[in-house]
Amino acid sequence: MSPLRGTSRQYWVAIRAMLVLTLLLGVLYPLVITVVGQVAAPAQANGSLVRIDGKVVGSSLIGQGFTDADGRAQPEWFQSRPSAAGDGWDAAASSGSNLGPNSDDLVAAVGDRQSAIEKTDGAALADIPADAVTASGSGLDPHISPAYARLQVERVAQARDLPVAEVSGLVESMIQGRDLGYLGEPTVNVLQLNIALAEMDSGNQ
Amino acid sequence: MPPLLLLILQLATLALLLGIVYRPLGDYMATVFTTRKDLAVERGLYRVIGVKSDSDQSWPSYFRSVIAFSAVGIVLVYAVQRLQEYLPYALGLPAVPENLSFNTAISFVTNTNWQSYSPELTVGYTVQMLGLAVQNFVSAAVGIAVAIALVRGFARRSSPTIGNFWVDLFRGTIRILLPLAAVFAVVLVVGGVIQNFSDYTDASTIAGGTQAIPGGPAASQEAIKLLGTNGGGFFNVNSAHPFENPTGWTNLVEIFLMLVIPFALPRTFGRMVGDNRQGYAILATMVAFFIVSVAAMTAFELAGSGSATSLAGGSMEGKEQRFGIVGSTIFGTTSTLTSTGAVNSMHDSYTALGGGMAMINMMLGEVAPGGVGAGLYGILVIAIIAVFIAGLMVGRTPEYLGKKIGTREIKLASLYILVTPTLVLVGTALSFAIPAVRDDVEGTSIWNSGLHGFSEVLYAFTSAANNNGSAFAGLTANTPWFNTALAVAMFLGRFLPILFVLALAGSLAAQDRVPVTAGTLPTHKPLFIGLLFGTVLIVSALTYFPVLALGPLAEGLN
Repeated sequence: MSPLRGTSRQYWVAIRAMLVLTLLLGVLYPLVITVVGQVAAPAQANGSLVRIDGKVVGSSLIGQGFTDADGRAQPEWFQSRPSAAGDGWDAAASSGSNLGPNSDDLVAAVGDRQSAIEKTDGAALADIPADAVTASGSGLDPHISPAYARLQVERVAQARDLPVAEVSGLVESMIQGRDLGYLGEPTVNVLQLNIALAEMDSGNQ
Repeated sequence: MPPLLLLILQLATLALLLGIVYRPLGDYMATVFTTRKDLAVERGLYRVIGVKSDSDQSWPSYFRSVIAFSAVGIVLVYAVQRLQEYLPYALGLPAVPENLSFNTAISFVTNTNWQSYSPELTVGYTVQMLGLAVQNFVSAAVGIAVAIALVRGFARRSSPTIGNFWVDLFRGTIRILLPLAAVFAVVLVVGGVIQNFSDYTDASTIAGGTQAIPGGPAASQEAIKLLGTNGGGFFNVNSAHPFENPTGWTNLVEIFLMLVIPFALPRTFGRMVGDNRQGYAILATMVAFFIVSVAAMTAFELAGSGSATSLAGGSMEGKEQRFGIVGSTIFGTTSTLTSTGAVNSMHDSYTALGGGMAMINMMLGEVAPGGVGAGLYGILVIAIIAVFIAGLMVGRTPEYLGKKIGTREIKLASLYILVTPTLVLVGTALSFAIPAVRDDVEGTSIWNSGLHGFSEVLYAFTSAANNNGSAFAGLTANTPWFNTALAVAMFLGRFLPILFVLALAGSLAAQDRVPVTAGTLPTHKPLFIGLLFGTVLIVSALTYFPVLALGPLAEGLN
């Protein structure tokens, strides 16, 4: 066989191999996984959507903002971590800030967030946890630390005219420990906490 | 629970799981690549593509097949991106621009999965499945095939051939990657990773806003993204996205997936060369690097130095609460010590030395345990250098596994270890040395100013040349310079080493086996493990120390 014919034969084999593999791995495989996933765990496969009265209000896995149209924190809701996704919690544009550890912009942003929390929650600087003043990797972190949730209890209770003890009890009941006791960190899911909070609030009236 | 205990428990869990599968998976892979029997489905496929499964190839022929298959892959991935607007499930997205399509095609075919683009804004489901996910499988299978060819070089005696590429490719895909990916894709769906063909779902949030919740076949891609040490995210933020990595336990599953094949391949190697102790020696070296590296990165992140980091009270910028610092650094170390490049936290926001560890991990040549296949052939090449150095010390002709390491072998091994440092250093240097490029790099691409900005460029070339794919993602890489220069780095960083490895395989296979004598250096004992560890370190540390001193070291020690 001449080298040229050998080479063109190789490419002809390569083209057929790639087409066969594309059919198997690019079409059949994802379709089978979709069917199995939709049968075995439809809620998760479709995005762990949260519905109230049949209407989708979000996903329990995707963090959202509890701010007004101008981006200001609404005091009656527990606040999520800061977000760098789009204009904030844009689930169609996940992103971290990518600001470096010595970035002046990040120093300024962290400082601003700390003063805002000092003002709204009456917290001492030393008590503000890191997750409260840093943007998450995804910009869609659905969780805050238990420390940040506890720090917001008084503000939320006041804004809603609810007893602090009741809101505090709610927060404690919503804390999720580490998976298996040692994987990841303890969390509070902000959307689920706020939904429970709204239910509690409407029950009180 | 103190962070140190968290780290130890998570590493112990990984060690237990990887330990359990080491022998069965390693032995299984050895059988896959040595048996003469084809599965019925494989026989059918070989007939379709026109391959005789019992005809072995010489190394040049094997290499030409790798190149032919990869070239066809590049053309196909490029084409589906350029034709996106005519494809179903494009989500209304237009054709991907030429320069970006070119970069992405090279990126996925070379097992790098560098992403100059944001997937949500650039690629629909069809491009993800037909173009990108297919390469996630086959680029991994190519890596395994090349590693197996090198192992055959050691195992065979006076043989003109090193195996059949097409058979290795199909067996690796059908018997190893596909079944594992399918099982773990379903596991990930159960954990919360999405798998559907829906468009965005509009949500009306309880605070009166709106949010568009994404859909897509993410789990099927996620499993092979990690298993094949590819790393290209379905979403922009990769495994930091809650739809790619929803919980603390899925995080551990994903770390396990990145490690399972690379850590089992030393067993396959030991099995195929007929001495399992040789596999354990390679494994021990890999594990030693892994433990030192993960401890260092975790320590730097927990210390949390840096003006912004210390003001915030901890290194949580760019990290997810459900993983915390320890869950992020184990993932980050795993991703950069393999060739995966997936991230569950933004490395750009790590402390200077923590981010520096990610770079050092890649600069080690990704051999602890490295990418699927690439890690094994990488460390075997360094083992050749190690026995050569030992041979020089005692004045004997070096040999490894009964094969003489002569002039030709050392030349090939030396060329191999020179490729990536050359690409990394020349690429980084040119980014600042060509005035017009420098203006563009500093004006458009660099996100953080000063030393950290330099680190972003160094990280990009380190990642591309080592086929990793992670990034200091603040860097805007979707520019003509980076799309082109990084594509060149990825291409040469993949196929030149493969050329040298296959040439090495051919030259080793052609040799007969020399008998073990009293003067033979045993390559399964602690002495050799130490020697190999030292060689990996010296080869990379001496090369990269000066440039590290300009970036992460300068920033971290400031």
